[in-house]
Amino acid sequence: MHDDEYILKVENIRKSYGQTVVLDSVSFNVRKGDTKVFIGPSGTGKSTLLRCINQLTVPDSGRVWLNGEEVTHSGSRINYFRQKMGMVFQNFYLFDHLTAVRNVEIALIKVKGMPAKEARKKALLELRQVGMEDWADHYPAELSGGQAQRVSIARALAMDPDVMLFDEPTSALDPELTREVLEVIKNLARDGTTMLVVTHEMGFATSVANEILFMEGGRIAEQGSPQELLSDPRFSRTKNFIGQFREFDREM
Amino acid sequence: MDTMLFMADVLVPALLQGLVITLELIVAAAPFGFALGVVLAVGRTYGGRLTSYLCRAFVAFIKGCPLLLLLFMLYFGLPSAGISFSPFVAAMIGFICCNAAYNSEYIRGALLSVKDGQMIAAQALGMTRLQSIWLIVLPQALRRAIPGITNEFIYLIKYSSLAYMLTIIELSGAGKIVATKYFTYNETFMMVGAIYLVLVTITTVSADMIEKKVAVPGTTGR
Ligand SMILES: Nc1ncnc2c1ncn2[C@@H]1O[C@H](COP(=O)(O)OP(=O)(O)O)[C@@H](O)[C@H]1O
Ligand SMILES: [Mg+2]
Repeated sequence: MHDDEYILKVENIRKSYGQTVVLDSVSFNVRKGDTKVFIGPSGTGKSTLLRCINQLTVPDSGRVWLNGEEVTHSGSRINYFRQKMGMVFQNFYLFDHLTAVRNVEIALIKVKGMPAKEARKKALLELRQVGMEDWADHYPAELSGGQAQRVSIARALAMDPDVMLFDEPTSALDPELTREVLEVIKNLARDGTTMLVVTHEMGFATSVANEILFMEGGRIAEQGSPQELLSDPRFSRTKNFIGQFREFDREM
Repeated sequence: MDTMLFMADVLVPALLQGLVITLELIVAAAPFGFALGVVLAVGRTYGGRLTSYLCRAFVAFIKGCPLLLLLFMLYFGLPSAGISFSPFVAAMIGFICCNAAYNSEYIRGALLSVKDGQMIAAQALGMTRLQSIWLIVLPQALRRAIPGITNEFIYLIKYSSLAYMLTIIELSGAGKIVATKYFTYNETFMMVGAIYLVLVTITTVSADMIEKKVAVPGTTGR
């Protein structure tokens, strides 16, 4: 198989904190347009994995390539790679002192060096994509969680990333707000955005993922398409895990 | 001598001259005290081990040293080491150091109060550490530090009177000279006190206005 087929390659990532092994040699490859969904119990290293990909956490060993260029050991070029890997956090992390549109345009201006006018135009366009154009001049404290998360998605998308990394984007949201954010992510998937999504939303996972990766104890325990994982008896652990959520959902 | 005449001919002109010097000291020292305070706070919070230690040591030294002693060292002590300053410059340096050290403590607290995640989000967008601090964390921290910095500015107004000990005839010194010469202690010192009160009031009101003006909408429910 030719290397260039993959937009993102993750190879043998290891990370320990003290005695605790958080990531134990994790590898996977991502094709352009893929939606890979990571599921698994909390504390199994899913967030750490996403952060190792854009080097917000530096892995102990292992390598990451984006478009054939090595992201790990890239020195100050890491700031270039980070632009190309949009990240969305569980708690949004919007810049509290900036309006929605300023949140989206600031990195365009200060990191990409885009002229202010052009950046504003692009920022408004991105806000429209996530249905937040009317809220452009509002500050984060004036937004609901779902709205804030949509702005943070627009902020990441504005950099024209090659890959989007979503770390439990709806875990801090009420169910009805969860829906509006998942809708946005689903649309991105449909439009061919390449993305890695950590989530506990099993319905969403099975409907948008090309591949579901079940993580346990710092490893990818099982991986396959949603159909395989749900029907093939070899994938018992994933099915059990998803089953727990199903029961839980029913109880609610 | 007639009280009104004394006021018009002697007291007011003398105090005005002193006030000008006081204002010069404050206006010259405050911006540097603010800027150095920011540098010290950022250095201590985000600097490497050595930078952080040096900032901390500087602040500890200034906090532990009586300002008057610091001024004496700058003006009377340093010449024997071959460094001499004019009284005004020596006073300025002392005031800047003192103002900066205390400002840095307020700013440092404010920096730590800005949620860590925003720094991470900024870096995830490709900002350097310095950009993330300068564009994201510091603007929020400085807003929160306004009450503390205002307090420190008010102290500066009052401890600027210590410049008199370096032979600078600022407001308090001018009052002292007039009062001693004409035996008008009460009138003079009440007048001097009233002027300080006006300065402090102007500061407080301006700071309130600034704080309101730069407040981030939706976060004023304090
Ligand atoms: N900065 C850190 N220092 C020490 N331990 C950490 C740190 N970050 C994460 N961990 C630990 O790593 C493990 C995996 O965390 P995380 O990647 O957040 O898991 P998940 O996202 O799957 O819930 C947890 O046990 C957590 O306590
Ligand atoms: Mg997590």
